[in-house]
Amino acid sequence: MSLPARVITLLVAFLAVVAGAAFLVIHYFLYTPPTVDYSAGVTPNSGGTINVVMQEDPQNTVSSHPDWVSYFIKDPKTGRWVHTTLFKVPAGTRVNMTILGYDGCTPIRNPYFDKVTGTIGGTAQFNGKTVTQINAWSGCNVGHTFSIPGINLNVPMGTPSLTATLCGPSPCTSGPHATMTFSFNTPKTAGTYFWQCRVPCGGGFIDGFGGPMQTLGFMTGNMQVVS
Amino acid sequence: MAASAAPSVRSADSGGRNHGLWIFLIWLPIALAADLLIYFVWGPHLPPGTMSNTAQSQQFDIKVMAVMAAPVMAGVLVYFGYALVVWRQRDGDDSDGPAIHGHAGIQAAWITVTSVIVLSLAVFGTYELAWKGMDGAGAGQGPSPIWKPAGGTPLQVQVIGQQWRFTYRYPQFGGFETTDLVLPVGQAVQFNVTSLDVIHDFWAYQLGVKADANPGVNNVAYTTPTHTGVVTVRCDELCGLWHGAMFNYGKVVTMAQFQAWANKTETQLASITAILPPYSTVYDPTVVPQMSKAMQKGGLTGGNGYYYPPNDPVQP
Amino acid sequence: MAIETQPDQAHGAGGGAPAHRGRRPWWQRPAIHTALIGAVVGYLLGHVLGNYLAGSGNSLYPNIALSDSSDWPIVLGYLLGVVGWLAGLGVFNDVLRQMIGKPAPLNGVNGGPEHETSGLARYFRYSLDHKVVGIQYLVGMIIYFCTAGLFAMAIRTELLSPTHHVFTSQAYVEIVGEHGTMMMMLMTSVVVGPFGNYLVPLMIGSKRVAFPRIEALSFWLTPAAFLILLSGLLLGGFPFGWTGYAPLSVQSTLGADSYAMAFGLMGISVILAGFNIIVTVICYRAPGMRWSRIPMFVWSMVATSFLFVLAGPVLVGGMYMMLTDRTAQTAFFEDSLGGSSYLYQNLFWFFGHPEVYILALPGFGIVSELIPVFTRKPLFGYRVAAAGMIGVTLLSFFVWQHHLFDSGINPDMRPLFMLTTELISIPTGFIYLVAMGTFWKAKIRFTVPMLFALGMYFNFLIGGISGVFLSDVPADTTEHGSFFVMAHFHYTIMGGLIFAFMGGIYYWLPKMMGIKLNQTLGKWQFWLMFIAFNSTFLPLFAVGMAGQPRRVFEYAQNLQPLNDWVSISSFFLGGSILIFVVNFVWSTVIAREPEIGNPWQSRGLEWQVASPPPPGNFERIPVVLSGPYEYGDKNAQPVADLHPPPGVITAAITGATSVRAEA
Repeated sequence: MSLPARVITLLVAFLAVVAGAAFLVIHYFLYTPPTVDYSAGVTPNSGGTINVVMQEDPQNTVSSHPDWVSYFIKDPKTGRWVHTTLFKVPAGTRVNMTILGYDGCTPIRNPYFDKVTGTIGGTAQFNGKTVTQINAWSGCNVGHTFSIPGINLNVPMGTPSLTATLCGPSPCTSGPHATMTFSFNTPKTAGTYFWQCRVPCGGGFIDGFGGPMQTLGFMTGNMQVVS
Repeated sequence: MAASAAPSVRSADSGGRNHGLWIFLIWLPIALAADLLIYFVWGPHLPPGTMSNTAQSQQFDIKVMAVMAAPVMAGVLVYFGYALVVWRQRDGDDSDGPAIHGHAGIQAAWITVTSVIVLSLAVFGTYELAWKGMDGAGAGQGPSPIWKPAGGTPLQVQVIGQQWRFTYRYPQFGGFETTDLVLPVGQAVQFNVTSLDVIHDFWAYQLGVKADANPGVNNVAYTTPTHTGVVTVRCDELCGLWHGAMFNYGKVVTMAQFQAWANKTETQLASITAILPPYSTVYDPTVVPQMSKAMQKGGLTGGNGYYYPPNDPVQP
Repeated sequence: MAIETQPDQAHGAGGGAPAHRGRRPWWQRPAIHTALIGAVVGYLLGHVLGNYLAGSGNSLYPNIALSDSSDWPIVLGYLLGVVGWLAGLGVFNDVLRQMIGKPAPLNGVNGGPEHETSGLARYFRYSLDHKVVGIQYLVGMIIYFCTAGLFAMAIRTELLSPTHHVFTSQAYVEIVGEHGTMMMMLMTSVVVGPFGNYLVPLMIGSKRVAFPRIEALSFWLTPAAFLILLSGLLLGGFPFGWTGYAPLSVQSTLGADSYAMAFGLMGISVILAGFNIIVTVICYRAPGMRWSRIPMFVWSMVATSFLFVLAGPVLVGGMYMMLTDRTAQTAFFEDSLGGSSYLYQNLFWFFGHPEVYILALPGFGIVSELIPVFTRKPLFGYRVAAAGMIGVTLLSFFVWQHHLFDSGINPDMRPLFMLTTELISIPTGFIYLVAMGTFWKAKIRFTVPMLFALGMYFNFLIGGISGVFLSDVPADTTEHGSFFVMAHFHYTIMGGLIFAFMGGIYYWLPKMMGIKLNQTLGKWQFWLMFIAFNSTFLPLFAVGMAGQPRRVFEYAQNLQPLNDWVSISSFFLGGSILIFVVNFVWSTVIAREPEIGNPWQSRGLEWQVASPPPPGNFERIPVVLSGPYEYGDKNAQPVADLHPPPGVITAAITGATSVRAEA
């Protein structure tokens, strides 16, 4: 090939490679589910309080994995359910968390995590009743947990009754559900704290911990503390 | 190539210089200085520190190996440095070097010296691992350990690895389970490391303990803490998404503080200990005998996540 | 387009048209474009078949269908995709032709019709010329190396801060897995592929390799493996690094299938490549090319090929078992159903340890080839060097449990494996004896290849000594799984093998393409690469000893300065590779300065023919008169007689003892 032809071929090949790499990076590496912002308008470390609302569903019909269980977070500004597990809170603030449990029960692997830890008072409200632990093996009681290991927070999520018909399309807006409420204080310094579910609800994966349990936006996420 | 009759490599060549002697004289002070620095200056600060007997033995081990490695490295580097300076091809010189194919004496000496160094390191390592009082150097020894601390039953601490947190059970205190690792100083500890799902690794850095957590297997490691302080525990085997965040801090306290903590925690956690499976060195969370009848009738027999459905026969 | 200079009978690789009708246009002959079409068709077929057999909602295998994660479409898609890729290349044409009774076209040597000798298009085809395969491998390996290197840049970017995260933890663990797997998988062939395939026949005086079709097949499996591995990112990646420990690998989502398939394919590729090289060296040496005269590089290729052939099958078996665990619900590695997580670890490391010697030996071979040329002296202790390579090969099968010291293996196995691991450092040390002896009273020329060889010796010294630290079980308790291990293997693999690879490219590219690489850029590349490499990986020993495990995205705050230093240095290291790529591409595509003689004044047999060599390598099979390292000996014979009188060959083959006398 002549010199100009070689130069042009080289340039085209180079641009194609750069474009391909950029596509990969932008679409697959830098992609994250959206972060719901609960810190807007609240001054960190000033004794404030925020209310965070989440729900967990037996499926999520809004993603490419419709039969994966999933959490949803309510956007405080719009009141709509966002399919994500990332949220932002101000530092040094009391968080009153409400989690609606639409999903049914699954036996937990380590019943140590039936115990409520890290909340204010060491308790949580299960459908209004104060509990310090919920036994996942003695009945169809626990569907998931909400655990932030970095602040030693662990709250099991109660379930609707064993015979209830679980809600269909998600995010669920009606149907039988359990309501868990609890409060905790966010740390005083900024940081990112991951949270996860401890119940093996990843159906079809070994030990129940694959799939949605290890995919951001479904059963595990980040709590970003900003100051 | 058979080693042809080469000129004696230690005698002076026509340039009048005894290269071997020069190299030796440059190497000797460097090696001595390096060894002294390593042993006396750097030695007390070598990882992993001195907080337990296993950590101390590892520190000594690393010190000895560094002392042996430094002269070897210095020797090779000094030789190459000398060669690159003295034997570079001068401008305008296009000739070849002397046709030395080999030298039986040098070859034999090299093989002998390297074999001696390496074998003595192997013997030393075995001593550090297996001699009385070394407790297996803090490494996980599997379900049937052979290098155990002398004198009485060690404090039993079960380390349960699960995605993505370590929990610790103390069978001698009612089998309570906690996420805090608290150990008494001066007391031999037996870590029984197991996992509930995938392979993790319990690495207590300052204690010099590392043991893989395999599902269904009890991996035993021993140590005896000798100083109080903070222990960093990290998971050292990639175990999924949050492996990088799977760490916690433990502490070594006095025996009195430990006893107080253990008794208090045992009482505080009694209600949750009651619903835990009985203490065992290994667990199979896919088979839960305590499961309520209602759940079993609904097809839920254990925490197995429906990978192998309940109607699959259990293999022997 | 391709300049066709061949007579009509030439077919190259299975064109399909009868000889007398002449060549078809390039886009109708099998090449990479038909391979891609075949791959897509195959993948779609496999995917549909997989969905039919085990997709959700069907009743053929309800257990799998209900299991919420059906890997069958992906696995069968990849399998049939690879078959389609190979079919599109024309790999099966000759086989099928012979099965139906027609003669397969001759491959162009030993008096048969020549295959294509010029033109760019042959590099995109299933070519049976070992020289074409060598160049294909060279370009392929550079592409794979640079891709995996970009992933490494991403890892170091993430590790700039323990708290501020550039990537999500999910993206990070995928990137870590891709970098490690791509490097370990594809760099297995980084020297054997390009240099082994290209140079071994030339070095032993042969016109061809023993099995050209197998050799070409081994190459064409590598782009398939590379693309399958990259496509894993589209499926969500795999969160278990390059080691793939079960049960995490069985637990993972679909990306793990691309890992297992890609690695298994690469295992098959290396088995084939090794098989070919062993037979070539045993059977195709020219008369006079005794085992005591073959270049040290060929010894390293033979040793590496034995490791390929013996360790490769274990890898393929392990990956196959992982796939059946993931797809067919076997329980090889699932403890609660009678399997064992240790089974995978042992299978993997039984392959994995010979694998790292597969990575080390070719580096030894290249530098042992370079230093006689650039010190103008014979290789000191040829027999010792060869014995060292054989010793490493043998011993490498007896040390694998040192990766499992802390895993809970039987404790009394550990002193044994500590001993064998310590022992393997003895034959590994022989290359230093050989190097130091060769440097004694030498005339050292500081050419670019020599600089890289020197860099290799420096880096491998650090890498090797740190290996001794790791072989010691008590010290390994702190070092296992930490950045100390990372620094050790990067020093031996990148500092050893890749530096040697670069030295080999600068040394042999004039031979392979008749083009010289820019030597000034080469020196810039060397110095930047050497300084940046040591600056990147030397602190990692300290980072590991200070308690940072591998593959983590969060680490202790006090280690941030060290990590930042390492990350910045790694960007410079990436820059040096960029210099190399620019130099390589510029010199081969744009500038193309010819270099046709013997610029390094080497006695090697490969340098006695033209650059690039003619299609049959040698006009006549040469008669080898002396070894390739006879520098400094005025009475040494030339390395070979390239035009021996006809009677000499017959006499040599029929066993005349003194070829020298007749030549």
